[in-house]
Amino acid sequence: MKDRLMDFDEALERYEPVLGFEVHVELGTRTKMFSAAPNPAHPDHHDAAPNTLIDPLSLGLPGSLPVVNDEAIRYSISLGLALGCEIAESSRFARKNYYYPDTPKNYQISQYDEPIAFEGSVEVQLADGRRIDIPIERAHMEEDAGKLTHVGGATGRIQGAEYSLVDYNRAGVPLVEIVTKPIVGAEHSAPEIAKAYVATIRDIVLSLGISEARMERGNLRCDANVSLRPRGQERFGTRTETKNVNSLRSVERAVRYEIQRQAAILAGGGTITQETRHWHEDTGTTSPGRPKSDADDYRYFPEPDLLPVEPTRELVEQLRAALPEQPAVRRRRLQSDWGFTDLELQDVVNAGLLDTIEATVAAGASPAAARKWWTGELARVANERGVDAASLVTPGHVAELQRLVDEGTLTDRLARQALEGVVAGEGSPSEVAAARGLQVVSDEGALVAAVDEALAAQPDVLAKIQDGKVQAAGAVIGAVMKAMRGQADAARVREIVLERAAQS
Amino acid sequence: MTSQDLTRSSGAELAGLLAAGDVSSVEATQAHLDRIAAVDGELHAFLHVNAGALDEARAIDDRRAAGERLHELAGAPVAIKDVLCTIGMPSTSGSRILEGWVPPYDATPVARLKAAGLVALGKTNMDEFAMGSSTEHSAYGPTRNPWDLERIPGGSGGGSAAAVAAFEAPFALGSDTGGSIRQPAAVTGSVGVKPTYGGVSRYGAIALASSLDQVGPVSRTVLDSALIHDVIGGHDPHDSTSLQREWPSFAAAAREGAASGSLAGLKVGVIRELDTDGIAADVAARFHETVALIERAGGEVVEVSMPSVEYAVAAYYLILPAEASSNLARFDSVRFGLRVEQGGTVEDVMAASREAGFGPEVKRRIILGTYALSAGYYDAYYGSAQQVRTLIQRDFDAAFAQADVLVSPSAPTTAFRLGEKIDDPLAMYANDITTIPANLAGIPGMSIPMGLGDDGLPVGLQLLAPHFEDVRLYRAGATIEALLAEQWGGILATKAPALTGGAR
Repeated sequence: MKDRLMDFDEALERYEPVLGFEVHVELGTRTKMFSAAPNPAHPDHHDAAPNTLIDPLSLGLPGSLPVVNDEAIRYSISLGLALGCEIAESSRFARKNYYYPDTPKNYQISQYDEPIAFEGSVEVQLADGRRIDIPIERAHMEEDAGKLTHVGGATGRIQGAEYSLVDYNRAGVPLVEIVTKPIVGAEHSAPEIAKAYVATIRDIVLSLGISEARMERGNLRCDANVSLRPRGQERFGTRTETKNVNSLRSVERAVRYEIQRQAAILAGGGTITQETRHWHEDTGTTSPGRPKSDADDYRYFPEPDLLPVEPTRELVEQLRAALPEQPAVRRRRLQSDWGFTDLELQDVVNAGLLDTIEATVAAGASPAAARKWWTGELARVANERGVDAASLVTPGHVAELQRLVDEGTLTDRLARQALEGVVAGEGSPSEVAAARGLQVVSDEGALVAAVDEALAAQPDVLAKIQDGKVQAAGAVIGAVMKAMRGQADAARVREIVLERAAQS
Repeated sequence: MTSQDLTRSSGAELAGLLAAGDVSSVEATQAHLDRIAAVDGELHAFLHVNAGALDEARAIDDRRAAGERLHELAGAPVAIKDVLCTIGMPSTSGSRILEGWVPPYDATPVARLKAAGLVALGKTNMDEFAMGSSTEHSAYGPTRNPWDLERIPGGSGGGSAAAVAAFEAPFALGSDTGGSIRQPAAVTGSVGVKPTYGGVSRYGAIALASSLDQVGPVSRTVLDSALIHDVIGGHDPHDSTSLQREWPSFAAAAREGAASGSLAGLKVGVIRELDTDGIAADVAARFHETVALIERAGGEVVEVSMPSVEYAVAAYYLILPAEASSNLARFDSVRFGLRVEQGGTVEDVMAASREAGFGPEVKRRIILGTYALSAGYYDAYYGSAQQVRTLIQRDFDAAFAQADVLVSPSAPTTAFRLGEKIDDPLAMYANDITTIPANLAGIPGMSIPMGLGDDGLPVGLQLLAPHFEDVRLYRAGATIEALLAEQWGGILATKAPALTGGAR
C-alpha cells in the first residue's frame, strides 16, 4: 500500500515536527557484555560464522550467570562523559521480560530506571553553520539479542517465511542506548538535524575508539521518533518510531518521509497510530511494524544476578581526563585559531578536510593558504578524478609549495604547475620545480630587454601608455610573460613596462 | 571391612580410611552403589546413578598409588542434587522439560568437589525446579522418607537428605531457597547447612529465585557438612553475587566444637515467634529440652523477638515466584529441553512445550510471579515484599545484637504423609515459616537432629548466625550434636529402621 504524502513545505507550514532518537552503539570490547564469549562487534570477529561466538550464557543455558564486563563499563562511562552526561554513582541492571526466539533467556538485561549516564547535551552543526544543542536524557547499558534470518518468504520478513534461523553470536554484545529528550524547534531542518545528530554521535564514538561505528554492520543503529503537532498546540502529537535506519542518508530521508506521511494523514482528518515502522532503503518508504504503546508490560525488576554498578570517583575522573577533545569543541577551537568564517569552516568540515588542513598548518603553511590549496585546486582535481583530496598529495607537500610561493621562488601559476607534477608523482614541489625548470625570472636585465623588445614591437601601445592610458600596458605585459614562458613576476614586469615607456 | 560398615561410616571416617590406604575409593564407591541398588527402589532418592563412578574412583586410587598428594576427601563418594549442572550426567532440576538434558559444563560446587577428588554417585531427586517442601512435585515421582516410607522426606531436596539418611551416600549437595536443605535434613534426621548468601557459588545451579538460592552441604554429621562446605565455598568469578572474602576452616570449627563439649560464653537467642505458636507440641517439647541442654552446657539463653516474621511467608511467596517466573522463561524449547513438535508459530510451539513440560506447582508459581511483577501491581506486591525483606533483616540485626546465634525448630512438624498436603498449597507454603526468614535476610542457617517426635520421626534444631558467621554454626552445632549423641549413644541417623527391600 502506497502512503499518501503531503508536500514537505506545506507540511511544515501546518505542523511542527518533534523529533526523538534512540541510538544504539555496539561497543567493540574483546568479550561480550556479561560473559567471556568473543564479541562480534570487535573488529577481529565481525565475520565469524553463525553460532561460533557463543558460550552457556549466550544460549541462556540453565545455571549460567552474567558477570559485568569492566571494559564495557569504562567504555560506557567515557561515552556518557563525552555526551556531557552525569555519571551515576550507582546504577543498576534490570530484567526486561519478553518472549522472542532471538532472546536466549527470554529476558534482556538492560538498565531501566537507573542508567549509568543521564542529563547531557550534544552540539551538532548544520551545513549553514548553525549550531544546535540536542538534549540527551540518558545513556544506558544493555545486551544485544541474537539475529533471526527468515527463510522462504518473499520479503525476508517473518510474515510468509517457512522457517527462521537464529544466530546467537550477537546475543550479549554490549550496547549503549543513547536516548534524547524531545527535540523541538527543528522545523524545516528536521531531516538535516536528524542526520547531523547521528553523524555527531558517530564522530564522538569514533574519537573515543569504543566502536567501529559502521552503520552498515549494525555497530550504530538509529530509531527515529517523529510526531507532528498542529501549529499552536502545546501537547505533542502521537509518535511513530522508525527502525532499521542504517545509513546517515536514510536517517534524513526517513524523518522527511514520516513528516510528509503523518501530515497527509492528519490533514485528512485521520489519526496517527503509535507504532514502530520499518524503513525500506530501496523504496525510501516506511511500513508498519508492531503496534507499540506505553502500556507494553515488560515486567521490569532489578536483575538479582548482578550487583549495582558503582564506579569510583577516581575512575570517572581518570576517564574524564583521558577524553579526547570533543569534535564540536575542536572545530570551534580550530576556527578561532585559524580565523575562518563559519562558512569557510563548514566548507572544510563538509569536505572532510579538517584533519588534513590541521596537518598542513602544523607543517608550516598559513591556515588561509592551506584552506585555499585544499578546497581549491586540490578539491577540483580530486573531484575530477573522483578521489579524496587527501589521497593526492601530503600536507607536507602543500606546506612546502606555499613556502616556495611565499619566498618568491614560485608564482601562484608556477605553483599550480608544480602541484600538478606532485600529483603526478614526480616528487616534492621543490623537485618538480627543479625538474621542470619552474622558477621566477628575477634577472632584471633579461626582463628589461624583453620589455623593450615588446614595446618596440607594439608602437601603438607604447603611444597609448605615454598618453596616460595605463591599462593598455596589459598587452605588453602579456607579451613579456609569454616571452618569459610565464616564469616572471607579472607585477614586476608591469612596473618595468611603465618605467621604460616613460623613459622612451 | 564389609560394605555395610563402609556405608555406615561418616564421611570424615571414610576419608581417614581412604587416606590411610585401608580402603580404596573403588571399594568405598562400590559399597555405596550396592546400597543404592539395594534400597533405592523403595526410596527413590536418585534420579540418575553415575555409570562412570567406579572409573572415577579407580582414577583417584591410581593417583594415590602413584604417590600424588590428594585432598583429604579424595576418593569419598558424594551425591549431587539434580538442580546442579554436571558434565556427563543429566541435569533436570526434577522437571520433565529438561528430561535427558546433559549440560556442557559443571556447576562450580560440582567442579570443586571433582577437583578435590570426590566421586559423584549420581543425581538426587527434588521437587520440580526446587518448588516444594515434600519432593512430591518431582516430575519423576516422589522420594520416600527412610524413617517411614509413607512419609515425605521434605523438600525440595528430599533426594539428597534421604540418600544421606539411608546411608546411600555420606554426604550430598543441596540447594536452599526457602529451606530446601534444612527442612529435609530435619525430617530425615540429617544435618544440612544453608551458607551465607554469596558464600558458595550459584554458577551452574539451575536458578529458582536468584536472590534467595544458596548451595550447601547435606550429611549425617556436622563435621561432614563442614568438610564439604570447605571444598565448595569461596569466591567464584563466574557468580557476581559470590562474596570476595577469606573464610575460616569450618571443619576445624566443627572439630573444636565437638571436642570442647561446652557452650560457655555463647549467647543463644530463642526466637519467640518461632517457639511455640504454630509448632507441633512434640516438636516444641524436643526444642525446649534442647534449649535446656544448651543452658546446661554453659550457653546463655536469651529470648529475642522478630515481629516481622509473621509476614515472611507472604513476602517470600511474592519474591520467589516473581524471580522464578523470569528465571524459567528460558525453557522455551528453542535451544534445549523438551519440544512439543506441532504446527503453528514459534510462540505456539513454546506454549505447547511449556504446557507439557512444567508441572502444576511450577505453573502456579509462574502465574503468581508474572502477576506480581505486572505494571500496576509491582509496587503493591513485589515492592511491598522487598520492604518486608528489609524489616526482617532489621529484626535479625536487632536479634543478633543480643545473641551470637539464634535457635528454633527447623520445621513445625515431623514428616507428614505423602499426599497429605499435595492439594493444599497454602498449607505446604506455611510449613516453610521457620526456614524462610534466613533466606530473606541472606544469613547462614543449619539444621541438626534434636530427637524424635511422638511418632518416632526425627525433629530438627535450626541454628542461625549473622552474615559471614557460618563458622559459629559449625562450632555450636558440633557441640550440641556431641552432647546429644552422648545421650543417645550415637548419632540419630543410626536409630532409623533398617530398609530391607525394593532393589532397583
